[in-house]
Amino acid sequence: MLLVVEQLLNGLQLGITLFLMSAGLTLVFGIMQVINLAHGSFYMIGAYVGATVTLYTGSFLIGIAAALPASAVCGMLVEVVVLRRLYNREHLDQVLATFGLIMFFNELTRIIWGRQPLFMDVPHWLSGTVELLPGLFYPSYRLAVIGVGVLVALGLWLLFSRTRIGMQIRAGASNREMIGALGVNIKLLYTLVFGMGTALAGLAGVMAGPILAVESGMGESILILTFVVIVIGGIGSIRGAVAGALLVGMVDTLGRAFLPAIFRYLFDSTTADGAAASLSSMAIYILMAVVLVWKPQGLFPAHN
Amino acid sequence: MKKVGLTLLFLFAVAQLSTAATVKIGMITTLSTKAGYLGEDIRDGFKLAIEQGTGTLGGIPVELMVEDDSRKPEKGKQIAERFIKKEKAHILTGIVFSNVAMAVVPKVVRQDVVYLSTNAAPSKLAGKGCNPNYFSVSYQNDNLDEVVGQYVTETGHKSAYLIAPNYPAGKDHLAGFKRFYNGQIVGEVYTKLGQSDYAAEIAALRAAKPEAVFFFLPGGMGINFLKQYAQAGLSKDIPVYGPAFSFDERILKAVGPAALGVKNGSQWTHDLDNSANVEFVKTFQDKYGRMPTLYAAQGYDTARLIGSALKAVGGSMGDLDAFKAALKKADFASVRGNFSFGVNQHPVQDVYIREVIQTDSGDYTNKTIKKVFSNHIDAYAAECKM
Repeated sequence: MLLVVEQLLNGLQLGITLFLMSAGLTLVFGIMQVINLAHGSFYMIGAYVGATVTLYTGSFLIGIAAALPASAVCGMLVEVVVLRRLYNREHLDQVLATFGLIMFFNELTRIIWGRQPLFMDVPHWLSGTVELLPGLFYPSYRLAVIGVGVLVALGLWLLFSRTRIGMQIRAGASNREMIGALGVNIKLLYTLVFGMGTALAGLAGVMAGPILAVESGMGESILILTFVVIVIGGIGSIRGAVAGALLVGMVDTLGRAFLPAIFRYLFDSTTADGAAASLSSMAIYILMAVVLVWKPQGLFPAHN
Repeated sequence: MKKVGLTLLFLFAVAQLSTAATVKIGMITTLSTKAGYLGEDIRDGFKLAIEQGTGTLGGIPVELMVEDDSRKPEKGKQIAERFIKKEKAHILTGIVFSNVAMAVVPKVVRQDVVYLSTNAAPSKLAGKGCNPNYFSVSYQNDNLDEVVGQYVTETGHKSAYLIAPNYPAGKDHLAGFKRFYNGQIVGEVYTKLGQSDYAAEIAALRAAKPEAVFFFLPGGMGINFLKQYAQAGLSKDIPVYGPAFSFDERILKAVGPAALGVKNGSQWTHDLDNSANVEFVKTFQDKYGRMPTLYAAQGYDTARLIGSALKAVGGSMGDLDAFKAALKKADFASVRGNFSFGVNQHPVQDVYIREVIQTDSGDYTNKTIKKVFSNHIDAYAAECKM
């Protein structure tokens, strides 16, 4: 039973990280109609800048404080220099250009930081484990990640539902011609939204730094999951991103955690290990297929 | 005018002579992608041996051509083709990854080409698929897992939990461990290749309560696993073991204190006490300013083995059988100390257990703690009919 609770927490934590990634991507996708494959690169930039600054200052918080603006500025630069030219092009052009950006950023990190993965440790005050229930020890750092993610989700909800800029962004997501016609500076809005999205990706990256290897190309593996999340959630919808991220995080984690045990009841152990490993890595794609059959627009479509 | 012509002709002849005497060596290795440091170290170790011979190996001038395979089997094949057809190289070497080796090696050894492996040594090329033109100078892939299996048995851990990525090499490496481990296997988990978060696996592992954990997770996967394992507070209770691949100096730098005290299996460590190794470690550090990894040692040994054989045949590659016979004698001072070839032309060598320690300067490195196997022969040698 404790194991189930622990795995649920693990799923929640993965879901939160995915949410930070997909919130930005889904907005960019929904408002600007741009497929941005390079979103994972901003995750990587966040992690690299965070790890470097943390190393020099010795403070994880300063590391986060530096990673956020760094990834936001990089994102806005990319928007102004590259993406602006792609809004009216076909999706294939956008995919090609942003795929090129992935290679560019991967090579850039290799040039600046070398091939050596960077070291980043959990801050001292978050190392160790917390006993949540008797016998259930959970790493405090992962709890902190969950906490930050929930705060960001709340903040985004407030931003979108209570502020003017949030209203404009929502309007842009449902009808971008109309909002331009109403006199909103759509160019500036795009740049801001893009910067906000990449800042969130950078936050996810810097928070993943102490858990993962900070290395060139680290954004690609999470990028695929992020796309699954926004397709499941419905493109352009923050609510969808929350639901999709939690769903994917849970299905992926619980599949990996319990499928091997379940299969071992059913088959002999070698077949079970192989089948469970294959099925658990397919689980989220099966989930995506099922959701798309049931609701082709995703769970919470932004455009009706 | 005639004189000038003659002189030119003479110069041309001399130039022809000297190029004819230069032996070409084609190195196909992985220099790009994040695994590029593996090829970099193999190349640098190899080059160091050439430099020590001032452009020669065993007194024979050599020309080393290095190409990056980007870890892609297709690209490896193309490079090999070019080295053989266009450059007329008879010696190829350098491949890092088993999947590239499987694409390249069986094809090239059918021609008049000798391939010497500096790293990848899949079981398929060691047993029934062995070939007189194929030599592995590094190890057979399973060796570094077998030594850990033996050591974990000797340590008295009664149960073990195994983790590897879900691809052929992952299964091979766990098979290597199981071949020498006598205790109970309480879990054998295959994860997605390239997985970054191991929280679910670590929680399941904690619940299974094994006495030891063995993992084969090369590259970034191993860094992620070790860090997360330490953060879960498990490293104090359940010791982790693995093959050397997750514990070279570059990876240790990224893992930091989470790897401290972990015991791992290797055929080489920089502290092995033999004169060839002492010289190698010192000159490598002087030249490149970093600690050599086991890959560098493998590249260096391969170069020196080629040197010993070139010397024996006087640099003539005309009689390939004589060259192969000279290689098989392994008449060189290996940085590993003991070194000879078995029937399948894979190393018969000592394999060690070492421990991750922190040096006085704060860096992380390995220290040899025990020789577990002496003159270890790989499990596939008996299947090789040559």
